[in-house]
Amino acid sequence: MTMPIRSTLLRHLLYTLAGAGVLLAVTSTLEPFRSFQLATVAAYFCATAGLTVLTGLNGQLSLGHGALMAVGAYTVAIAQNMLSDEGFSGGWLLPVSLLAAVLTTVIAGLVIGLAAARLRGPYLAGVTLAVAVTIPALTTAFDEVFNSDQGLSVYLDPPPASLGLTFPLERWQAWIALGTALIVALLLANLVHSRYGRTLRAVRDNEVAARLAGINVARTQVSAFVVSAACAGLGGGLLAVVTQSVSPGAYSLTLSLFLLMAVVVGGLGSLTGAVWGALLLVVLPDLTHTLTEGLSPSAAQRLEGNLSLAVFGLTLIVVMIAAPGGIQGLFRKLTGARS
Amino acid sequence: MYRSARRGLALAASLTLLVAIAACSSDGDTPGTSAPVPGVTDTEIVVGTHQPLTGPASGGYSKISPATKAYFDYVNAAGGVNGRKITYKVMDDGYNPATTQTAVRQLVLQDKVFAILNGLGTPTHTGVLDFLKTNRVPDLFVASGSRSWDQPDKYPGTFGFQPDYTVEGKILANHVKANFAGQKTCFFGQNDDFGRDSLAGVTKILGADGVAAKQEYVVTNTNIGPQIGALKAAGCQVVILATVPGFTALSLGTAARLAFRPQWIVSSVGGDYTTLAKTLGDAGKPLLEGLTGANYLPAASDTGNPWIQLFQKINKEHNGDAPFDGNIIYGMSVGYLFVQALLAAGKDLTREGIIAAVEKGGFKGPGLAPFLFAKGDHSGYGGMRMMKVTAGVQSYFGPTFKTDEAEAPVTEYADPAVTPPTSGVPTA
Repeated sequence: MTMPIRSTLLRHLLYTLAGAGVLLAVTSTLEPFRSFQLATVAAYFCATAGLTVLTGLNGQLSLGHGALMAVGAYTVAIAQNMLSDEGFSGGWLLPVSLLAAVLTTVIAGLVIGLAAARLRGPYLAGVTLAVAVTIPALTTAFDEVFNSDQGLSVYLDPPPASLGLTFPLERWQAWIALGTALIVALLLANLVHSRYGRTLRAVRDNEVAARLAGINVARTQVSAFVVSAACAGLGGGLLAVVTQSVSPGAYSLTLSLFLLMAVVVGGLGSLTGAVWGALLLVVLPDLTHTLTEGLSPSAAQRLEGNLSLAVFGLTLIVVMIAAPGGIQGLFRKLTGARS
Repeated sequence: MYRSARRGLALAASLTLLVAIAACSSDGDTPGTSAPVPGVTDTEIVVGTHQPLTGPASGGYSKISPATKAYFDYVNAAGGVNGRKITYKVMDDGYNPATTQTAVRQLVLQDKVFAILNGLGTPTHTGVLDFLKTNRVPDLFVASGSRSWDQPDKYPGTFGFQPDYTVEGKILANHVKANFAGQKTCFFGQNDDFGRDSLAGVTKILGADGVAAKQEYVVTNTNIGPQIGALKAAGCQVVILATVPGFTALSLGTAARLAFRPQWIVSSVGGDYTTLAKTLGDAGKPLLEGLTGANYLPAASDTGNPWIQLFQKINKEHNGDAPFDGNIIYGMSVGYLFVQALLAAGKDLTREGIIAAVEKGGFKGPGLAPFLFAKGDHSGYGGMRMMKVTAGVQSYFGPTFKTDEAEAPVTEYADPAVTPPTSGVPTA
């Protein structure tokens, strides 16, 4: 652990490059629908990674990350549609919109974080829960901007012509989402291993001790919320790009709860756990659909929509009993690595 | 160093999983046997749909796709269409536009369906129009009356089924104008294109100041007390509803609790008696007395109608004898129309072929009014007939009316109804 920061950065950069290479190879063999799913995983990963930093490393609970994703998603939707309506197009459009999404959620995260830093336990959960309930409801209150439950469609430039005319849109979306997710992973991995990361953990483990060590607890908590919100906003923005639509139904309270469940099942406090969690969010509903497909329509009707909740709950219970450290914890145990 | 080894292992494991997904997915299409037209082989046609089997709109609507499937099973048992059996893949979207996105992508990209048939819902289906257009998937007979489906220039593959909500709004308002002149008329609708298009039709007939009060609801919020209270406070005597069945029932129930008893005039999508009676229960059933609405398919209560007899037979044989209501008639009528379209498209079935066949039009089926399908018109039925609940039976009265979504007046339509072929399967 005495390695200088520069080499940590180098190591993480190498991982990221290797990851990018492998993902590039993988996506070129994937069918469009699998690319779409992979892109969704990448979008969810940004949110779960942010939540891991907040909950796993800083000990603050958030039940409102789904709503923060919605903030990012609507920002991207409105920015993309406004810019394209103004006649702008080109490769810079999307990065600008995604950056706008990050900025908006940073502001939202700052506001919520300021309130959250004063609250503990169930009170904090209550405030973030209110966020999760309120933000999607705003789409109805201001339906002229957000178009209520129907939502907005998101303009997206087609893949660059240099990739060929038959280049699947889904693969292009997967590249955008995976590329952004890798950058998020790189930045967060460095953050976690920095002095700031140790400060986060110190505040989580014992606030009084952290304060005695000269750490500004409140500022750390607010900044953790901001970082985490920015990640969630970026994830939401990516989801808007991938599905080319935003609607409040995609960012309901259930999503916020699922995100939390995903990071817990994946392995709280580890970025790899966040990958597992994001993967589960996409794979489990798909799996349950495959299960119900062979059934009679009436039986399928009863199970559809409900079964995935049950399976998710069951997974949570089983993982908590069998591997309290989540999938990533189990993985560590199996590979015999030191925890 | 342990840490980096651990991370490397975890990374490798994640990647293995991704590659495994990739491997699974490539199992799906075996080269050589794949047909040039997606979803069509010599023996099979695969079509898909997205339906609210669960969620706020599932009441009633969840029965539509099983009925369509039952009709296809009936046709398949008789040898299919041009030797091809129809496979109908139904995906549940819970009436949530976000879920529809995934469901339709799975149908088109993964299951490789030939067409999307009767995808249900205005807010849900609006979100996938662009996706279906980009992938050149025929988007036939959308189960909603939004005017968005009738944009041949923008969405050349999308066609409606039922009369659009503006046509319906005009016909409902025409009834109000003729029978409730001078009474305070109000409007309660869904907060999306469904409500907006319907209100547009109503105001075309009654004038902008002919609607005394307007209220709207969102499907994700079942507390409509404030809206119904506002309608009561405005002194409404006639209320036109553009609501899905669950919210029709909620409106009637909430109004009864507030001792508010206006004349209800309800859109066909939320006016099926059997569905509403089931939702309201025995205690709430009397509220439906006098409920007026409009429809364009034979009434479930009209047991002498040959179409109803045919559909009841199919319902018994292939749909587990589900309680027979308007949703089943709707689902089977969609199935009948799709088989007609397949036949018109001919033996060499292509995606372009079926779109051209529907644009050619000329389909005659159970509907009371004509289809408007033409090269420049992608809307479905162009007329409706008023119906009313009397002593627990919902039946038609008066003539069938036709009109369009623009300025055409509401006029009577007198063409005689057609009878189904004895086999119950259309012939080319």
